[in-house]
Amino acid sequence: MIRADRPAATGRLYLLAWSLLLVALAATGVVLLALFSVAMVLTAIWIGLPIAVMLTPLIRSLADTCRRVLGQFLDEGPIPSPYSPLPQGTFPARIRAVFTDPGTWRDMAWLLFNGTVGAVVALMPAVLVGHAVYQTLYATVLWRVVPDLYGLPVENQTEAFVALVPAVIELALFWRATPALLRLYARMSRWLLAPTEKARLHARVEHLATSRADTIDAQASEVRRIERDLHDGAQARLVALGMSLGMAEELLSQDPDTARRLLTEAREATRQALDELRDLVRGIHPPVLVERGLDGAVRALAVSQQLPIDVDIDLPGRAPDPVESAAYFAVAEVLTNAVKHSGAGRAWVRITHVAGRLMILVGDDGRGGAEESGGSGLRGIRRRLDSFDGTMNIVSPAGGPTIVTMELPCALSSPKTWPSSATG
Amino acid sequence: MRVVIAEDLALLRDGLIRLLEAHEFTVVAAVESGPQLRDALVEHRPDVAVVDVRLPPTFTDEGLQAAIEARGQVPGLPILVLSQHVEQLYARELLSDDRGAVGYLLKDRVFDVGQFLDAVRRVAEGGTAMDPAVISQLLAKHGDEGPMASLTPREQEVLGEMAEGRSNSAIAGRLFITEKAVSKHINNIFTKLDLPPSGDDSRRVRAVLAWLNNN
Repeated sequence: MIRADRPAATGRLYLLAWSLLLVALAATGVVLLALFSVAMVLTAIWIGLPIAVMLTPLIRSLADTCRRVLGQFLDEGPIPSPYSPLPQGTFPARIRAVFTDPGTWRDMAWLLFNGTVGAVVALMPAVLVGHAVYQTLYATVLWRVVPDLYGLPVENQTEAFVALVPAVIELALFWRATPALLRLYARMSRWLLAPTEKARLHARVEHLATSRADTIDAQASEVRRIERDLHDGAQARLVALGMSLGMAEELLSQDPDTARRLLTEAREATRQALDELRDLVRGIHPPVLVERGLDGAVRALAVSQQLPIDVDIDLPGRAPDPVESAAYFAVAEVLTNAVKHSGAGRAWVRITHVAGRLMILVGDDGRGGAEESGGSGLRGIRRRLDSFDGTMNIVSPAGGPTIVTMELPCALSSPKTWPSSATG
Repeated sequence: MRVVIAEDLALLRDGLIRLLEAHEFTVVAAVESGPQLRDALVEHRPDVAVVDVRLPPTFTDEGLQAAIEARGQVPGLPILVLSQHVEQLYARELLSDDRGAVGYLLKDRVFDVGQFLDAVRRVAEGGTAMDPAVISQLLAKHGDEGPMASLTPREQEVLGEMAEGRSNSAIAGRLFITEKAVSKHINNIFTKLDLPPSGDDSRRVRAVLAWLNNN
């Protein structure tokens, strides 16, 4: 993006500016490295430890800045950060975290590299331009003052113009080589800045452990809720129903009127039990999801909302059941928020499958300001998506619109042949 | 009246057969899967079919699809769809051919035998029987905005009863008012919702449902 959207000349100047900035960052890094080394020496008398712990966030934020900047030259996102998070806890815990994190030591190696080889590579464009400018000045003005070009005597203007030859070559070289140089610099830095495979796997395992624990917690409390609902609801009503029927049976011959009243009560209790079971089932796995899949279920959901909702779903097959369910509940929750809190006049849902991921976009034209911390609903969605390695991103500036993007990695099964419907 | 029943759970199927046969219906076929239902509908051309939405072999909305398909082949074939849950989307699909003679009820409605049989007969005669849950959701959707807000509470009540598919006399009976009062309310509703007046009961219901669905 740094190169593509600018005309070539300003693009090169832009790169020149970046390379100078990188050199400045490298110089800062050298200072930090020196301070850190001093701190290491001072650990002998303990005082070095707090200094090292204080320097670490500075070094990390410098490295992270470089990760973001260099990511641009590599045409990929920012280089990922390799650190385990620093604990907020006691001082010894923080010391341990700093010194046991391999990221800390790789940063030192990077600072050393960046202050030497890296800085030279990053400085090259500036050196080329700088020298070319000097040669040009020499060819026009300076030869009169210093009539000596690298050992060759310069006696008149014509001879002085020879100095332009290297200037032109240098400028051409600058023009041709700068993007490649910066890419080279970025690649070399990435080697030390990016997490090692081991660190990446470590972070991944940690994430999976957390999300698994969250998932298990959420499921356990869900099961408890279902148990409680059945126990206090349908089960209790069936007991009452049985009692009414038993009493009606007893009274049938002596007091038919009371018996009839009890039967009516029994019928009402059955209806209420069914209502409760229906709500419960809808919360566990909506029947329409079984009958129509994600596509039909989201359309059914949209039809039943109080807002007009524009639905655009393009799925060549069915996602696995658990993914469909997670996606459905996520869409339902976001739409509920839109209806309840956003004051929106309309909303839209787009679902596609791109590059092995289910992409879900839910937006509304309401007043915005939706926040994950605002309610347990959105946090619940994130947890649900997390257990499928899914992600959620909320963009909701004050004044709107709100757009929630969700992604779920999954494969689609081959399309089922649905019985054709007259209404399509 | 000749009835086809499609229900995969034997207990409910037998219950429906018993209930309908005890009230002078003749069950000409009681089937338990989508393909069987398709065949039975075309073969028997019943006066009315009572169909469960979810049927084997796929256990998806096979019953509903078979019903809609059969109505494509035999336009206006009376079908009453039963389900454990109601979806506006299904109601909309059933109503979309605008021929009437459809019903969509929760299975619980069978408990009230009188009203259930009334609904079956109404559908057989070309009328409509929509579940109160469908109608109340539709009405709630309109909330207190738009033309719906201009209806008096009584008119809203009448509108709900009418949308479920009831005739003037049935509405009068349920709300304890005279038939004349009912038709006055209905005229007001039609004026306020800007619907063309219609003498035909079933056409009138369809107009109201279409209005509720589309506005």
